[in-house]
Amino acid sequence: MGASYLEISVFHRGFPSVVKDLKYLDSHDWVKVEGNSVTVGITDHAQDHLGDVVYIELPEVGAPVPQGNGLSVVESGKATNDINSPISVKVVEVNEELNDSPGLINSSPYDKGWIIKVEVSGSGELKSLMDAGKYTKFCEEDDIH
Amino acid sequence: MANPCQLQAHKIGAPLMNLIKLKGVPILQQLHLEECLLRTSSHNWCIINQGTNRPTIVMGVSGKPAELLKIESVLCDQIPVVRRFTGGGTVVVDPNTIFVTFICNKDAVAGLQPYPQPIMSWTGVLYNKVFQGIGDFHLRENDYVFGDRKFGGNAQSITRNRWIHHTSFLWDYEVRNMAYLKLPARAPEYRLARGHLEFICRMKDYMSRSEFISRTIEATKTDFSLRSAEAESIETTASVNTKFCPTTRLLTKYELEAAAVASPSLGSLSRSF
Repeated sequence: MGASYLEISVFHRGFPSVVKDLKYLDSHDWVKVEGNSVTVGITDHAQDHLGDVVYIELPEVGAPVPQGNGLSVVESGKATNDINSPISVKVVEVNEELNDSPGLINSSPYDKGWIIKVEVSGSGELKSLMDAGKYTKFCEEDDIH
Repeated sequence: MANPCQLQAHKIGAPLMNLIKLKGVPILQQLHLEECLLRTSSHNWCIINQGTNRPTIVMGVSGKPAELLKIESVLCDQIPVVRRFTGGGTVVVDPNTIFVTFICNKDAVAGLQPYPQPIMSWTGVLYNKVFQGIGDFHLRENDYVFGDRKFGGNAQSITRNRWIHHTSFLWDYEVRNMAYLKLPARAPEYRLARGHLEFICRMKDYMSRSEFISRTIEATKTDFSLRSAEAESIETTASVNTKFCPTTRLLTKYELEAAAVASPSLGSLSRSF
């Protein structure tokens, strides 16, 4: 990806990290916006709280996903966790490697652990995106509660 | 001793939770109801179902029959196999299993982060109250145990704004039903490669059904104000929500046979079908 890493050392969490050049959602997903193409994954904060990912359900390529609907389901331990789409999208690519190696989401959440690429009708539709600094603060507040 | 006014004052401000008490409702039907309430309701729910109608195998969302089940026996004895919408492992449930489910909005319990471990810990605190002083109860690596023997298995699903935590409690079980399950590849460390019968125990050896249910309801009142909901009206509401399609389903005979044929260790099964 060639992105630079901004590491925040937070004593009680050990090793969280936030990537400077990505954008973030309050659902703890990261997005990389390149024109109308958006790559989606979950953040280091999310994977840390979910635990070891053992399985992921990936959507069909070409499938339209309405706003608020599920893009993917991640299983960790005893729990399934939804990844929802904040806007209406079309799935253009999925990370097939995750079928055999779901743990990439834990070990490389911003790189090899990317989950889905989608097509949006306009990147302006992705409102409420946080930059790295705002997301870091958001995570700190999330952990206080 | 707190006077009634103080107890009432404690309840004020506690979020409301609807309590549904069922008996013998088939587990597939219970899971469909739960999935619908998780995804389409905005209320908090506690569901207690005393037993399912017949022995049934229930796998988690990623369960693979060939890895988890002795498929030949399952098919021969016509045991239904359900794949549920939550994570976690495989259980055999029957009329002597007690099911307890919590479905909550993510901000229902003050200070509770909607992630797997905090939710699991919250239930551990709840059931610590239920089993206080009984049988060395604790939450151990996501299971409820007496000592080192499991009697309650858990599973969860977490959505954007809500979560579900459901448990199957082995109030009693049939030894022969455990024989349908293989030793799982993913097992808690404390299991120490024990077979099923050396790993689990019966809740009836520690507590009566009625006492368990009444204690569970009381423990739930720590965080919620409970009100009873009529099961029939809930099911009617759930069934008319025609937009919702549950993912929990019964595996077909053909799917089980195909899994058996695809498994190299069950080559003989391919010749008998």
